Amino acid sequence: MSNSFNPDKFLSPVVKDIPPSGIRKFFDIVNQIEGAISLGVGEPDFATPWHIRTAAVEALKQGHTYYTSNWGLIELRKAIADNVHKKYGVEYNPEDEILVTVGGSEAVDICIRALVGPGDEVLLPEPAFVCYKPCVEMSRGKVITITTKMEDNFKLTKEALLEKITDKTKLLVLSYPNNPTGAIMTYEDLKEIYEVIKDRDIMVLSDEIYDELNYSGKSASIIQFPGMKDRTIVVNGFSKAYAMTGWRLGYAYGNSEIMSMLTKIHQYAIMSSPTISQYAAIEAVKYGDEDIVKMREEYNMRRRYLVHELNEMGLECFEPLGAFYVFPSIKSTGMTSEQFCEELLKDQKLALVPGNAFGESGEGHVRISYAYSLENLKIALGRIKAFLEKIRKD
Amino acid sequence: MSKQTQILKILEKNARATIEEIAVLAGITYDEAAAIISEMEDRKIIFGYKALIDWDKTEEENVSAFIELKVRPQLGDGFDSVAKKIMYEYPNVKSISLMSGGFDLLVEIDGNNMKDVALFVAEHLSPMDCILSTTTHFVLRRYKKDGIILEDKSKDERRMTL
Repeated sequence: MSNSFNPDKFLSPVVKDIPPSGIRKFFDIVNQIEGAISLGVGEPDFATPWHIRTAAVEALKQGHTYYTSNWGLIELRKAIADNVHKKYGVEYNPEDEILVTVGGSEAVDICIRALVGPGDEVLLPEPAFVCYKPCVEMSRGKVITITTKMEDNFKLTKEALLEKITDKTKLLVLSYPNNPTGAIMTYEDLKEIYEVIKDRDIMVLSDEIYDELNYSGKSASIIQFPGMKDRTIVVNGFSKAYAMTGWRLGYAYGNSEIMSMLTKIHQYAIMSSPTISQYAAIEAVKYGDEDIVKMREEYNMRRRYLVHELNEMGLECFEPLGAFYVFPSIKSTGMTSEQFCEELLKDQKLALVPGNAFGESGEGHVRISYAYSLENLKIALGRIKAFLEKIRKD
Repeated sequence: MSKQTQILKILEKNARATIEEIAVLAGITYDEAAAIISEMEDRKIIFGYKALIDWDKTEEENVSAFIELKVRPQLGDGFDSVAKKIMYEYPNVKSISLMSGGFDLLVEIDGNNMKDVALFVAEHLSPMDCILSTTTHFVLRRYKKDGIILEDKSKDERRMTL
């Protein structure tokens, strides 16, 4: 035995091989720059609505400080079931088809762990949020990326999907409204995808965490199509819709046999989700509709403003109809995404997220979050404009 | 939400928003925005544009007070004639409203100092025949005005977590 401790030899090669998050890498630099402002954050700028906070305080006062059922409070699961039924007309049994998790993130993780094994192929439309790929790799699965394009409004098309399906395809990840592009899939768009997968043995992981932030007027889910209820695990949560990121509460729903496997992992790894957060979430689902409408209207105004201003500046920007991101092309500057973001940060002290952090197909784009006040967006846009004028002059 | 309401909410937050900006924020054309605003001005739905000023931060001497008035209603027009008399006669009256509850009219006035305000009440309001009693409340500190928190020191605590 050697005297010097070598942590490296103890680490799992699978974990070691996973690259660090591209967003994180960039923002570690941002924190070191004095006076830098950012449009990088991926969480609402609103505080959780007061009545939801009050419900949590009440739960604390009443001493609800114990574990809940592994599945979560039944009252919360019933409220979630009612909400899904109201939105999509699909019924889920709160007893064994809905699991309350620690954020949507845990739900994604345990869903992939429950479904994906060594060699299984997982189809991932990109650009995509950074969490799916590492989760698949930790399950020894293989990520097959499907490139979505700006000319298709970053939607998944049936042609692109068909090209990548093989005998080993196990799971298709649908993440709409999408982070980072802001793309949505309408009912008609999803119907095309349904036609491709309906006669194939493919499960769907539908991450609908941004479903309440849809500016088209109508949300849609793959579960609305015949037979897809059993073949889809839907992931959702309270973070984005009700501005409850710090409460760490999400949920997953799907076929009871599969959900019992997700719950088995959840039981061993987590036991149960935070109790106080669950009481707050009951209040949110039952009485938070007006809060959602208010926040969505505010986001929608900012969205229109950003898209208009970016296009005016010559940064081509398709109209994103969901989430709180715009994903303009910076190709006209001749720079790569990373160069653009690094130079912008150096020159104007403004941090955006380079598009390639969300997969190679994000190259040539930057992600701009509008979870910021209109005043802050105006200041930031002024900096982008000044930067563009400077590099165009050079 | 109607486009009219949407525009009002934009202007309520920022009366200096240009028609171009309002059109973009509301998702309508310039001409549509201009027409809606002009119609609301004509109908006095929008009856003015003003700056929100925190006078306490200036060097001007200024106090504000709310005065509760108990009023004997007048035959035929209730409280209207009293309210109108106060409103038209005294330009230092900032607002006047008929209230439910323990008193009738609430008058908001500004003055250079407390004595000014107290004298105004004593010399002008109290002597009116129909005014039964007055109670004056001086504003000591404003925390929030017209929907805006005046000393908002909250910082953006959010960070990049992933």
